[in-house]
Parts: sequence; C-alpha cells; structure tokens
Amino acid sequence: MELLCPAGNLASLKTALNAGADAVYLGLKDDTNARSFAGLNFTPKKLLEAVQFTKKQGKKIFLTINTFPKPGEEKRWYEAVDIAANTGIDALIVADLSLLDYAHSRYPHLPLHLSVQASATNLGALQLYKEEFNIERAVLPRVLSMKQVRDLAKVTPVDLEVFAFGSLCIMAEGRCHLSSYVTGQSPNTGGSCSPAKHVRWQEEGADRLTRLNEVLIDKSGIDEQMGYPVVCKGRYITEGGTAPSHLLESPTSLNTLSLLPELAKANVVSLKIEGRQRSPAYVEQVTKVWRNAIDTYLRDPQNYQTQAEWDRALSKVSEGQTTTLGAYERTWQ
Amino acid sequence: MKASLGPLLYCWPKEKVMEFYTSVADSSIPLVYLGETICSRRRELKFSDYMELANILRESGKEVVISTLALLEAPSEYTELKKQVDNGEFIIEANDMGAVQAAKEKGLPFVCGPTVNNYNLASLKKLHAWGMQRFVMPVELSKNWLNAVLSVEKPGFEVEVLGHGYLPLALSARCFTARHQGLAKDKCQTICLSNPKGLLAQTQESQPLLRLNGIQTQSAACIDLSPEIDEMAKIGVDYFRVSPSGMQCIALAEQLFEANRAGHAANTEDHCNGYWYQEAGFNRLD
Repeated sequence: MELLCPAGNLASLKTALNAGADAVYLGLKDDTNARSFAGLNFTPKKLLEAVQFTKKQGKKIFLTINTFPKPGEEKRWYEAVDIAANTGIDALIVADLSLLDYAHSRYPHLPLHLSVQASATNLGALQLYKEEFNIERAVLPRVLSMKQVRDLAKVTPVDLEVFAFGSLCIMAEGRCHLSSYVTGQSPNTGGSCSPAKHVRWQEEGADRLTRLNEVLIDKSGIDEQMGYPVVCKGRYITEGGTAPSHLLESPTSLNTLSLLPELAKANVVSLKIEGRQRSPAYVEQVTKVWRNAIDTYLRDPQNYQTQAEWDRALSKVSEGQTTTLGAYERTWQ
Repeated sequence: MKASLGPLLYCWPKEKVMEFYTSVADSSIPLVYLGETICSRRRELKFSDYMELANILRESGKEVVISTLALLEAPSEYTELKKQVDNGEFIIEANDMGAVQAAKEKGLPFVCGPTVNNYNLASLKKLHAWGMQRFVMPVELSKNWLNAVLSVEKPGFEVEVLGHGYLPLALSARCFTARHQGLAKDKCQTICLSNPKGLLAQTQESQPLLRLNGIQTQSAACIDLSPEIDEMAKIGVDYFRVSPSGMQCIALAEQLFEANRAGHAANTEDHCNGYWYQEAGFNRLD
C-alpha cells in the first residue's frame, strides 16, 4: 500500500520523503493544476530537481495536470504533458478527456492516473477511461461509502487510490460549482476553490465575519477554530428558520486511520494525503503518523488498532481541529 | 433555436408529476427530458411510469430524452442505468461518464448533460465520436467560452444551454435535506417531497445563496438568459433549456420564442446571469 504525499514546494517534497512517503505528487506553477496558489508549485527547472531528488531516494513522483484546458489556450496544458514526459515523471494525474487523449497517444508508456477531478465513481466510468486511454489508476472522489469502495474494488479494471487524510471536500470533485457561483473561479476553470483574493475577514465586536466575494459565509467568535473559508462549510439560515447552522458541513478534516485495515483488504493500492497548499510542518506531521500506521498494520494486520496519539497528532493539523470519516461512513451521508 | 424542458430536479408526488407532464404534452415545447437525475431513493415514479409518460409525450409530437442519475455510486444504480439505456425507444441524457460508457458500449447515441465535464472542443469531439448528439453546456461556462468553441468550425453535434431555472451547482454523498430534518439518508422517508422547490439557504445577512435539493446543491437565484436569445442563436445554440420549478415554467418555455414575447422579465428580483458573462454565477448584469 503506497503512502502518497503532497508537495507544494521542494521543502515539502523533501520533508515528505524523509518522513516516509512512498510517493509524492505535485503541480506546475500555473493553472494546469487545481492548487494554483501564489507561492506554490514548481517551475520546469524545479520540477527536474524534484524528480532527481525523488528518484535518488528510490521513490515515485506524480505530476498533477488536473484542470480543464481552456479553448484557445490548450497549448499550455499540452506543454505541461510534454514537460512531464521529458522530465522522467512516474505518472500523470489527469482529468480532462482531451488531455488524457493527448498523453495516451503521444506518450503511451507514460502511466496515467485518473484525477479525482474526473469524478469517476462507478464501474462504467472506470471502464471508459481504461478502454480509451489505458489509465493505470483512478483516484476515487470522496463520495463513496466504504462498502461502495469495496464493491467497486472487486470489479474495477484499474488500480484504486483513495483520499486517506486532509481537508474534506464533500462534493463530487470536478463537478462542484459552488466556488465559481460566488467568486467566478472554480478548481476546474481557475485552478483553485475559494481563491484567496476573494476572502476577507472582518472583526465586528466579539464576532469575526468571513466573507467570500463580500458574501457572508460565516460569523464566528474571535477565538473559534476556523477552517479555510469555502462555501460548503459556511453557516446559513433556512427559509423560515432563525438559527444559523452548518447546513452542508462544518469545518473538519477527513481522517481514515481507523479504516486502514478495510482499505488494505479491499486492495486499494494508494492512500493519498491531501494538502499541497499546506506547510512542510503539516506534511511532516501527517506523513510520519501515516507511515507509522501503515507499518504497524503491515507488521501485524490482525491486531491493528488506531493509536490515540496518532489521532491527537492529526487533529492538531486538521480543520477546526476535528476529523471525520466523511462519506466512507454511511451515517455521515 | 427552440425551447427544451430539462428533467424535473425536485421530488414531487406522482400525481403532481403526471399532471405536470400532461400539461407539457399539450404545450408547444418540442424537446422534453424526463427522469430522476438526483437520487435513486426517490421512487414516486418507477421506470415503467417514465416510459409511459415518454410515450404520451412522443405521441404529442415531442422529442423525448430519458435523463439519468448524475451521481452513480452503488452497483444497483449502475444496473438501473443500463436498463434505462436499454429502453429500446428513447435516447438518454448521460449525466455521468458511467452513462456515457453504457450508451457507447451499446452503440447508442446520447445527449451529454450539464454535469459531464466538457471544457474544450477536443473533449467534445471525443464524446461526439462516441455517440454524443447534443451537449448541454456546463453551467459555469460563458458566452465567450461557447463562442470560442463554436467559432472554430460548425460542430457535428447540437448545443443546448440552460437558460432558465435554478442552477445545478454540486452533488454530494450527503443528503442535506434529510440531514436538516434530522433523518438518516437510508431512512429519509422521501423527505424531499416537502420541498417542491428545494430548501432555501440564506446567509446571516439574509442574502439567499443556495437551494438544497437532497444530495444536490442549487443556486438560490434563478438564471434567466431570455434577453440573450438572439445572441445565443447567433453563436449557434440549438436549444434554450428551461429547468422546471413549477407549472408556470411550461408557459414560460412556450413564450420564449413567440414573436411578441413579453413579460418574461416580469419577476427579476432573484435572477442571475453572471456565468454567461464570465463572472461569479450569482451576479446579475443588465
């Protein structure tokens, strides 16, 4: 079972590998990936450095090109594929049909992973991408229950990767327009959800107001733990209601340490840690815990138990300092 | 350019659905999409009911398309989908790549719904090669986007744009309606029946923002592109989709293309059109 960790920059990449990651994923410094934030990601030169460092350690490195090429600007995305192919990247993580087609026809030996942004949740979708583009692996959206993951794993024609830890996206990824509805930019079109330039915090008495493109998405106490402001984790009032509440989800992170045995038994090949936008300190903390958990499981699968100190360590770096099993657990749904 | 009626996204009692489509059958709307696209737990109408309605609509001279689930998770949902694809009479609207595969496997033509990611001409051509006859533009895309795609060459497929109705913005595993009522998703008592236009969510400054419809999140504001009809026709849009939210939508769809159309902008306070102008979706530009 592979532990796949995020690398927003070279420091995070080195930290992840030193802390026990089997593989890292990263993006280029432009809008060809869905974590297009200022100060993050890799120039082609840095990418080469990252590849060389990773290979020297005998580990794997995947390049994320998971936004959707814009009409008239497709060249930038095709060039990203060319760069990856010529840099010795181990696999490309791609969502767009035309880009999968380009990569598959130009570089048939370059392994393709279907990005979570492609939103493939069922056998038919996986078959399509396998038959047409020979994808090797698919990253499952965070909308399936553990039982559904197990059912799919029994019949899938490709390897499966799941999100194990990190910020919880509660919508079918790649098909969520909440960010663009409020800001005009979505991960698909602009490379980020809730772009920082639209976020504004305002203090008003004992309250902190969180605004996204001036829309009040939350009002909280000054000392309250906050997550990154996204539309789906705001507090709203229903028609006829009076009290604001987290009608969709509260700020929380996904943590599947307790599901590790089930994921392993289902033959999930890779556990993904979310967070290319997070600090090297986050990457180190999370990678260490997960390395320890996976090793503990592999040493003695029968007696694996989540340790309280792992959960504590992960909670500290979680949104709102709380975690959930998300959609894997049917009662969450 | 003509009008089309999108699938009913809400959960209404069977009698109300029957009454609605009986009126649709009497209308001048030439293209009608029919089927449950949100949740497999909504069982007011069965597959056979939809087929019966489809036949009634066809007999009234309409083109009918069977719309399918937008989020396919359980194996049982995929089995049901294959049954819909195999109906033998009507083409389907694929709202998930799994549905595209199901139609492609059978060599059947299909319509690509708005929840299938289509962001460039090369992807659309790929889908066309697999059997896509028409595509509905993803809601977050714009007039400029459409222009850029359609100005290269005349495409071999038709183009449909959601022009009126509440925007489908997101899909989740979680049922927000059941959760709000304190019900488990698996024992939801089809609580969506109590929100025939979804459940409105407003900010703490009373700004209407979202509309919760089971596992779907919609816009609180209603998109209205009716003032853009001439422009849309010029770009090459074939169908203007009205997404139903009540009986009044039938008349609205009928009036869109009447020579002296009037009154379509009568109630504009909750209207939006930002996406069309490459802006935040909830914006309204005059």
